[in-house]
Formats: sequence, C-alpha cells, structure tokens
Amino acid sequence: MRHIIAVLLENEAGALSRVVGLFSQRNFNIETLTVAPTEDPTLSRLTVTTSGSDRVIEQITKQLNKLIEVVKLVDLTEGDHIEREMMLIKLKATGQHRDEVKRTVDIFRGQIVDVTSSIYTVQLTGDQGKLDAFINAIGGAYILETVRTGISGIARGDKILSI
Amino acid sequence: MEMLSGAEMVIRSLQDQKIEYIYGYPGGSVLHIYDALAQQDTIKHILVRHEQAATHMADGYARASGKPGVVLVTSGPGATNAITGIATAFMDSIPMVVLCGQVPSTLIGEDAFQETDMMGVSRPVVKHNFAVKHPSEIPGIIKKAFYIASSGRPGPVVIDIPKDMTTPTDKFKYVYPESVSMRSYSPATRGHSGQIKKAVELLLSARRPVILVGGGTVGGRASAEATELARVLNFPVSTTLMGIGGFPASDRQWLGWPGMHGTYEANTALHNSDLILSIGARFDDRVTNATEKFCPTAKIIHIDIDPSSISKTIAADVPIVGPAKSVLLEMLALLAKSDTQPDAEALSDWWAKIDQWRQRHGGRYVRNENGSLKPQQVIEALYEVTKGDAYICSDVGQHQMFAAQYYKFDKPNRWINSGGLGTMGFGFPAAMGVKLHYPDAEVVCVTGEGSFQMNLQEFSTCSQYSIPVKIVCLNNQSLGMVRQWQDMNYESRHSQSYVKSLPDFHKLTDAYGHKAITVKTEAELIPALEQAFALKDELVFLDIYVDPTEHVYPMLVPKGSMRDMWLSKTERT
Repeated sequence: MRHIIAVLLENEAGALSRVVGLFSQRNFNIETLTVAPTEDPTLSRLTVTTSGSDRVIEQITKQLNKLIEVVKLVDLTEGDHIEREMMLIKLKATGQHRDEVKRTVDIFRGQIVDVTSSIYTVQLTGDQGKLDAFINAIGGAYILETVRTGISGIARGDKILSI
Repeated sequence: MEMLSGAEMVIRSLQDQKIEYIYGYPGGSVLHIYDALAQQDTIKHILVRHEQAATHMADGYARASGKPGVVLVTSGPGATNAITGIATAFMDSIPMVVLCGQVPSTLIGEDAFQETDMMGVSRPVVKHNFAVKHPSEIPGIIKKAFYIASSGRPGPVVIDIPKDMTTPTDKFKYVYPESVSMRSYSPATRGHSGQIKKAVELLLSARRPVILVGGGTVGGRASAEATELARVLNFPVSTTLMGIGGFPASDRQWLGWPGMHGTYEANTALHNSDLILSIGARFDDRVTNATEKFCPTAKIIHIDIDPSSISKTIAADVPIVGPAKSVLLEMLALLAKSDTQPDAEALSDWWAKIDQWRQRHGGRYVRNENGSLKPQQVIEALYEVTKGDAYICSDVGQHQMFAAQYYKFDKPNRWINSGGLGTMGFGFPAAMGVKLHYPDAEVVCVTGEGSFQMNLQEFSTCSQYSIPVKIVCLNNQSLGMVRQWQDMNYESRHSQSYVKSLPDFHKLTDAYGHKAITVKTEAELIPALEQAFALKDELVFLDIYVDPTEHVYPMLVPKGSMRDMWLSKTERT
C-alpha cells in the first residue's frame, strides 16, 4: 500500500542525504520525494511517498525517527489528508489539435503558462490520479516533456506537524 | 576566557571528557592536532600500525569498560582504513568517537591529495557523523559526539575535521559545554509502565518460558538485574552470542546460547516455549533460522532501547522501549509486590524436559586417540588454566564458536567478539585495548591462523607499549568455517580455504621481540598454557596445531526452525 510520510528535519547540510541513504541502504522504496525549508529556517519539511507491507512501513518510520536530524514525522495516510502534486507539461499544439489540447487543459483546470506557435506549456495541480488522467487524456503522441514535483501533503482538520 | 586553536580545542575537549587513551595514526590533515597532543601529558596516544587496529582497540576498550573508545586518524586512506572497525562497532552497538582529518575546506570536492568524502563513506555505518564548519564549533560537536555515542543504543560517531579548522594561529574562545540538549534526539530513559505491567502478568502465567539475554543486557550493564529476575522466576536463560556473560554460565538455569551454533537445549527450549522474554536481543538471522518457522507457540516480550529493533524480524506481543536496567528493576519491583507466583508445577515439568534435552548433545566431541588436538579441548584447557576469569577477545571463524561454546563466562563484558559484522582481524587489537585498560587482568586473544594474519602488524605496537596479551592461535592450516561449509554444501571442494604458505609463527613472533610456543600434542598443551600465563609481562603467541577436519556442532539446518540441527557430521534432529 502507498504511504505518504511527512518529516520535519534539521535544515542542515547532509540531512537529506541521510534520509535518501537510509532508503537505499535498507532496501526501502521511494516513489516521490519533495523537500524545502519551512517558515522556521532551521527546519526542512520533507514528504516521501513509499509503498510496502505494514511491517516495512513500520520499519521505515522507526528507522527515519532514529536518524539524529529527524525531529518529527507523521504517516499522513493514517488519517484524512490532502495531497497535491504540480506538473509542468509541454504539449504539441498545432493544426486541428491546438484547440483540442486547449479544451482538455480547461476540463482539467490547468493553466497554459507559455505559448509558441506550435507548443503549449501547461501547469496542472492535483493529486497523482488527476495528473495521470490528464496525461492519458492528452495521449503520448502530443507530449514533448513532463516535469512533476512529487507529492506534498498535509493533514486535514486541526492535526498539525510542528515542533 | 581562554583562547585556543581548533587543534588545541580537540585535545582540551578530550581532556575535559576525561579521556585517558586515544588510538591513532598521524598524517597530513591531522598534524596540527598531533602537535597539540605532543604538548600535554594527560591523554596517552597509542600509535598503531594500521588504522583498522586503532578502531578495534578502541572497540575492545569500550566493550570491557562500557566507556566510549576514541580514535584519531588522518584523511583519505587513514579514514577509509578505519571504516571496517567503525562498521564492526556499529553492528554491535559499541560506543566510539572517531576523529578524522580532512583536507582544508577550501579544497573539499577538488579531489585533493588524500581526500575522501568521509561523511559519505561512513554514513551507513555510524550512529551519526559531524563535519566541522568552524573551529569554534569543535567543543560543542565533541560533547555531542560523546553523548550520542554512549546514550540510547550506543554506536560510533565520526567527526570530520578539515585541516584549516585546526590552524594553530587561529584562536577562538574555548568553553566545553556542561550538558547537551538536542530537540531531535532524546533516547528513552524508562519503559512504559503499562507495558511492563502487562509483561509481568505474562511472565507469571507462563508455563514454558525462556529468558533471552542479548547484547543490550551486557552493554546496558543490566546483567545483575537480568540474573536476579531469572532467579526470582526460576526461568531458564539463554544468552545470545552478544549476551554471553550476561547470566552466569555456571548457573543451573543457563542453557547456553541460541542459534546457528547454539546448544541443542537452548534451541529446542526456545522452539517449544510459550513465552520468550527478550532483553536487548535483536532476533538476528543467525539466531532465528527461518523466521516463519521461529518458535511457533511463543509469545514475545521484547525489551529494547531501540524501537526499530522491535518487530523488525520477529513480531513482538509486548514491546517495551527502554533501557534494560530500568525496565528490569521495574519488573522486579512489580514481582516483589505481586500476590501471584510463577506456576511451580508447570515450571517443574518444563525443567524436567529441559534436563532431558541437556543429555541429548551436551557439548560432546570426540578426542583424537593419537594425541593430536581437537580445538574444543584447547578452549577447555584455556578455561581451566585461566580459572574462567580471563577476558577472551575472539577473532572470527570456527575458533570463535569453539571459544564461545567451551569457555564458560560467569561475568559480563569478558567475552569480546565481532558478533554482528564478523570481522576477521578484530581479536588481537581488541585484546590490546582491553589489556591497556586492565593491566592486571588476563587478556587472551583466541584466534586462528587466518584471522590473525589480518592484523598481525600490531605485534609491533605491543612491543612499543609493552602490551602483554596472550594469543591462543588454533592453527588448523585452513579457513576452518569456510572449509566446514564447503564440506557440508559443496561436496568438500575446498575452494581457496586452504592456506598453502603459512609463516613460521615462531620466527615471526621472535622477530617482533615476543615469545612464541608451539604446541602439537595433548601432552604439551597444559604446560604450554601454564608457561604462557606465568610470563606476566610478555606477549606470548601460542601456535597450537588442531585437527583441520573438525566441524562446529550443533549447527542449524538452513531454512529450518530452531529445533532442526546437525549434532555431528552424521546425526540430525
């Protein structure tokens, strides 16, 4: 099963490499990884999506907690949560397809953020499923380049991950 | 306020940390630190002949004393040579602080002379590592390093010190912090009372219990509490390879150690048990055999300071995160207050079964009739001559298993071996570290001619500092454990396990100025050992020829349960 683990870690050189190293060292799998400093400049927040049996997920959270620079973490998938990913995608937009691409972008509430006579560059935000659905709807033949940020997540309601 | 250079701060911090010995080897990046070291006399430095040995010396010292060992090496090859010893300490949770030189910060990343990314190289085998970014950070980092290394689940900590952080002319204010507080690191100081209560209820209702004493009992200095608990409950005790000495081997309640070369009675009792109380053991693959067949009827209470050790390989029914000592004290207090007693009748039946199992193998081996020696009898003789009171520092292989099986340890911290990583070459330098700290104790390195040659250069260090360890080399002219597996699994094709060109160990020992005794027959054995131990101030190398065809038994059958064992070359359970 897929899990989204949110981690607060000390914003120090090398802290990220410890997290990434842990995953490869212990044969855990990383599907997506995002990281950036928080409003408190001494802390970074990292979101990792991973999958595995309950035993493996338990080990992942325990081993992450064991890293000295990890301050706190939560498995967001244990409760209600919001997850988002952003995609920038460059699409062929020529001839009769140019309108069709525009319509599809509108249906998915994407935004065209750059235009040439033959290309639309589209920005799209949503959960993984929405982004995947857009790619399917456009069709591989029209896709020139994609870039996805990986998943960020936050718990719903009054649950807060902070120190 | 005192103004010191980074190099002086390194040495002053170690002094303020009350460090007595450091083990190391100088080189370009640590010259400033070595110069500061030369200008004081409270810390003694032991110059090894290879950095790996420095880490094993620090490790041996730490295992015997419970205090962190300290290593000082240079950048590049100095640091990478230390890696095996750091990994050895990591696998066995041994406190250690390793100070590594680094090229000047201005050259990092430029493939400078003797540059290695020690932060990256060491990351998977340390509890934590630090890179010094400014000289003024040095005292704080050193204080944190010792705190992290020796608290919680202990382990090695590396400090990477670029050369320009130690420049003698750059002086900064020196204050050694009195305490450490880290928001991201707070190891458990006691177990959860509710869980402990639940555990005690289970203990009192057990009918076929076994207490499993692991390395965390010995390292956590909780042997006395574990022993008391076992006696109060009258439960059988098995000590893992790392837990040997955590419960007295001469006690009737001791079953020996479990796992691959464990005793028949320990493995069989665990397999048939209805409750296992694990105190700081981590259910390593060398203990459990096939995890899906592990102890099918047992509930498991698992005490461990490291939550990630609990339910890692074997699911625990009652997990207790906390230091062994405080958890056991709490259990003892609850037992003292309890109206319920352990089920004496069930326990009496259980003991009767165990006593039968004890008869089945009982550590038997067959002596040779021609007077040539079996390795087991050498260890038995060693036990007799040292009256069971020596520190035994073992290398890795058959001799390690024989030493653990046939030397009966009544005290903790006396059995010193590389259990997790299985590092050949560990025993000799570890013994040196122990002997320096306990000069009046008998300190023995039990080794084989294979393992010994991995760190024999330390003969030279022993000459320089007069370190009179005794070396018992079970010379079977082959890599015995490899050979045993080849006999059992590869139709005796002894691929590269025969050492064709052994040195003359007698001459070799002479060359370094030590004493050697060669033993080839049973008649020579005891007199040779007595002579060796009578020479209090000399390093004695005993080159003892043993039967190369001998195998270690019992041995768990691969992919089986704990009760599936070979008991000899021809007998299986």
